[in-house]
Amino acid sequence: MKQKSILDFTKFKCIVIGVSAGGMESLTRLFAHIPKDFPLPILVVQHMHKLQNDYFITHHNCTCILPVKEAEEKEKIRSGTIYFAPPDYHLLVEEDETLALSVDEKVNYSRPSIDVLFESAADVYKEKLIGIILTGANNDGAEGIRIIKQKGGFTIAQNPKDAEFPVMPQSAIDLVEMDRILSLKEMTTEFIRWDQEDEI
Amino acid sequence: MKADIEKIEIDLFLEAIFKCYGYDFQLYARASIKRRIKHLMKKNGYNRISDMTSDILHDPSVFEKVVYDFSITVTEMFRDPSFYQSLRNKIIPYLKTYPFIKIWHAGCATGEEVYSLAILLKEEGIYNKATIFATDFNEHALDVARQGIYSLKDTQKYSTNYQKAGGKASFSDYYYARYNSAIMRKSLSKNVTFANHNLVTDGVFGEMHLILCRNVLIYFNKDLQNKVLTLFNESLIHGGFLALGSKETLSFSSIENDFKPIDKKNKIFRKIKKG
Repeated sequence: MKQKSILDFTKFKCIVIGVSAGGMESLTRLFAHIPKDFPLPILVVQHMHKLQNDYFITHHNCTCILPVKEAEEKEKIRSGTIYFAPPDYHLLVEEDETLALSVDEKVNYSRPSIDVLFESAADVYKEKLIGIILTGANNDGAEGIRIIKQKGGFTIAQNPKDAEFPVMPQSAIDLVEMDRILSLKEMTTEFIRWDQEDEI
Repeated sequence: MKADIEKIEIDLFLEAIFKCYGYDFQLYARASIKRRIKHLMKKNGYNRISDMTSDILHDPSVFEKVVYDFSITVTEMFRDPSFYQSLRNKIIPYLKTYPFIKIWHAGCATGEEVYSLAILLKEEGIYNKATIFATDFNEHALDVARQGIYSLKDTQKYSTNYQKAGGKASFSDYYYARYNSAIMRKSLSKNVTFANHNLVTDGVFGEMHLILCRNVLIYFNKDLQNKVLTLFNESLIHGGFLALGSKETLSFSSIENDFKPIDKKNKIFRKIKKG
């Protein structure tokens, strides 16, 4: 039977995305197709150098129709907004659906760490969370994906064959039975068509 | 609806620590404290948070470990070089006009940023008229800070930060190396008083010209943030300066209107002169 590919986003409350090496281009492609009435907030951890300036925010704001911003501590999470973890800070979600930052030690040699975001978001959103793991050259995010799955959330990995750096999505796939393994192109199709079908 | 057992366990854990030992983590931002508790649980081989709670109540040595892990923050010399550059160029000129200067470094942890500040004051020629109160509630961290001995392998990174922060000499002028350690020069801590102070429960430090408290407030919830910011407000002279971490802000806080931003990016604020 052919797998139905359209996700009913209205069943969810939040999307988290983890990405490392090769992230800039992948996210640009992914975000370029999101419609402006997209119903969920998107929280992103992208590994980057701690002295990275905010060029990447400016860049995504130019290429994406949704507002893109750096996450601020205690900020209320709003639908249809894309938040990035600031360089050198972990990004977490609080129970009251606000954002939190920390400078706790690195996890998987990373700050921000994908696992830290995914685990805290899974605690809050449980089955209403979509976790997406994209290109990268390390295994950060795999444990986070496992916890999202454990709490009933929906998990998507970029197809390693499609990823510029396959290690990160592959690590998640090795650890967890993913709900979807998709190419970037297939993912963009889901985002574009979010309101045109009504079932998973 | 199924009760959130884990949440109950965390509440009880924090309440036990407060009632038994007086350290209040109940107003800390939950997501990070939860992570730390779980980390602690794994590290010490517990399966349940409530098992750990029980041991903490009956064994102070277990509590010691917990409080150490809870408060340890990751820091480095000249963390955020652009902040130190801003301090040097925008704040020091004001401080130079006072006959003496009192500085409070709140939440100094293991002291790396205190020594960074001392170096900066020395290079600007105002160290001798400065008194620095460096406080933390973690006695172990304060011991490290007092000794001023750090890992030699980190000095290369610190040296880079120091240069980016506008350092006028060579970072190696400020420590001597022995075995694998970098021992900070005693002249840097001559005017520093390291003291135990808990921002959650302890009171005002009087008449400060500058308060630094960086990457501490992000761990507090909104109520505790406001309480601590009020403490800082009351501890500063009119025209005094408050320096926060690069992602911390006075916006929407209870003291917002008493301060004006001096450097928005580096989060340096000045208490408005009244009258």
